[in-house]
Amino acid sequence: MHLDVLAAVQFQDNWLQVLQTTFMRHAFLGGSMVAVAAGLMGYFVITRQNAFAAHALAHIGFPGATGAILVGAPVTLGLAVFCVGGGLLIGLFGKRVAEREIATGTILAFATGLGVLFASLATANASTTTNVLFGNLLAIGRDQLWVFGGFTLLVVVALAVIARPLVFASVDPAVAEARGVPVRALGVAFVVLLALTITMAVQVVGTLLLFALVVTPAAAALRLTARPSRVAALAVVFALVSVWVGLVLSALVNLPPSFFVVTIAVLIWGGVLLATRDRHEVRPGRDADTAHGALPRVPEHTH
Amino acid sequence: MTQAHPTATPSGPGSPALVLDGVSVVRGGRTVWSEGTLAVPAGSVVGVIGPNGAGKTTLFQVALGLLPVAGGRVEVLGAPPRRGNRRIGYVPQNYTAALGEAVRARDLVALGLTGSRFGIRRSTPAERARVQDALRRVGAADYADRRMSELSGGQQQRVAIAQAIVDDADLLLLDEPLANLDLRNSHEIVTLLGELRRERAVTIMVVAHDLNPLLPVLTDAVYLLDGHPHHDPIGEVVTEDLLTHLYGTRVRVVRTAQGDLFTRSG
Repeated sequence: MHLDVLAAVQFQDNWLQVLQTTFMRHAFLGGSMVAVAAGLMGYFVITRQNAFAAHALAHIGFPGATGAILVGAPVTLGLAVFCVGGGLLIGLFGKRVAEREIATGTILAFATGLGVLFASLATANASTTTNVLFGNLLAIGRDQLWVFGGFTLLVVVALAVIARPLVFASVDPAVAEARGVPVRALGVAFVVLLALTITMAVQVVGTLLLFALVVTPAAAALRLTARPSRVAALAVVFALVSVWVGLVLSALVNLPPSFFVVTIAVLIWGGVLLATRDRHEVRPGRDADTAHGALPRVPEHTH
Repeated sequence: MTQAHPTATPSGPGSPALVLDGVSVVRGGRTVWSEGTLAVPAGSVVGVIGPNGAGKTTLFQVALGLLPVAGGRVEVLGAPPRRGNRRIGYVPQNYTAALGEAVRARDLVALGLTGSRFGIRRSTPAERARVQDALRRVGAADYADRRMSELSGGQQQRVAIAQAIVDDADLLLLDEPLANLDLRNSHEIVTLLGELRRERAVTIMVVAHDLNPLLPVLTDAVYLLDGHPHHDPIGEVVTEDLLTHLYGTRVRVVRTAQGDLFTRSG
C-alpha cells in the first residue's frame, strides 16, 4: 500500500520531452497569461477588500461550468457568464463590507448547490467536474488559448487606462468621490475584469485553489513594497514563477500541476512573510507621538 | 467682478467662500436641516459645531456637490456646488481608518493631484515637487515614504491635510480632524491650520465635537441649532447661553488670565 503511493510520485526520466509536448506548450502559454492577469488584479483585490468576493466568484463559476457541460456549451463561456453575472450581483449589495460578505456567502452557497445539481444532471464524467474544482492546466486547448489571450489583453489594457483612478477609488473612496472620480462605475468595471480573470484562473488552478493565484502573489508583493506599480509587477513575477516552476515539477514527477503551482505560490508568500516579519511588527511611527512625552500642554480640557 | 443678481456674491478675494440662501437638506425622507441662510467669509477659519446627528457632515456633502439640496440656493467659491471641484480640499471623518498597508503617504498625497486622471502617464517632476512641497508644508516629509498603516494618528492626519492642500485648494473642509488625537497632536494640527490660513489665504471649515482645542485659531462658527444652520463670528458663539442651548447640557465659558477661552460642561 505504502509502496503504491510512493510509486505514484516517481521521477520521470523523460520530463524534458514532456515539457516539449503540445499540451505542455499550451499549459505554459495559458498559465503565463493567467499569471499576468491575476498578478495585476491582485493589488486591487486586496486594497478593495475583495478577497472573499474573488474566492466566491470562483465558486459561482462552478455551476456555469457544469451547466455549460449540461447544455453542451464551452466551459469557458459558462464560467464567464456566471462569474460576470455573479460579480455584478454581489456589486449590487451595499458598500458595507459586513453586508456584502453575507450576500456574497449566500450567493456562493446557492451557486455551489446549483453546480452540484447541474453536474449530476449532466452525468458529466467525474474528470470534467474535477477539472473545474481543481483546475487542469494540461487540458487547455488551442481554442481556450485564444480566449485567454483576448481576456488577458482586455485586462491589461483596461487596467492601464483606469489604474490611477482605480487606485484612488480603492484606497480612498470618500475623497475620490468628492474629487469627481466615478467610484461606482470603476467598481463595476473592476468586477467585470475580476470575473474575466477568474474565468481563466479557474481553468488553471480550479475553483478551490484559485485564491493562491489571484490573492497570494499580490499579498506577498505587498509585504515588500507599497507602491502600486511595483506591487503589480512583483505579483506578476511571483505568479509567473509559481506557474512555471509548478509545471516543471509536475512534468518531473508526472502529477497534476495544480498542487505544485499553488505550493510554489504559498512558499513564496510564506518566505516573504518570514523575511519581513520584523519590519511589519515594529511600527516606529506609532511610537513617535509618545516618544517626546505627550504631556498635556493645555491645563484644563473638559467638555 | 460683476454682481450676478441681488443676493449673489461675486467670486474673488473678499467674497464669501460658502453661501447658503434658504437651503434645506433632506436625506432618506428626513429633513436634516432647513432654512439655512448664511455666508462664510473667505479667509476665515470656521468651526462647524452642533450635537451628534445635527447635519455637520451633511453640510460638507452639500458643499462638495455630493448631496443635492431639497430647496434654496448654494454657492461655493462663487459657483454652484459640483462634484470634483478642484478648488476644495476635503478630509473626511475617520479618514485614515480605512487605509491599510497598501499605500505610502507620498502616493496618497499624489492621488490628490493626479488621482482622477485616466490613462498611463508617469507623474512629472513638477507634480512630484508639488507633492513634496505639500508634505513639507504639513511637516510630514520625514515619513513620506512610509505606509499609512505605519504612521500614528497625528501623522496620518497631517498626510491627509497634505493631500487636501496639494492641489492649492481655496477651501478646506476637514471633518473631525482632531478625533482620536492626543492633546499634543491635536495642538499641533490646530497650529498647522493657523499657519495654513496665514500663508495661503485659504478658508478652512472644521467639523468638531469639541471647540476647545480649536478656539485659538477659529474666527467664525457655523452652528446647527434647532435644525437650522447659523453663522456668527466666534466671539458671539462662545457664550454660555448659546452653547448650553446648542448641546442641551449646561456649558460654562471660562476665560483664563492669559486671555484663553475654554468651555466646560457643568
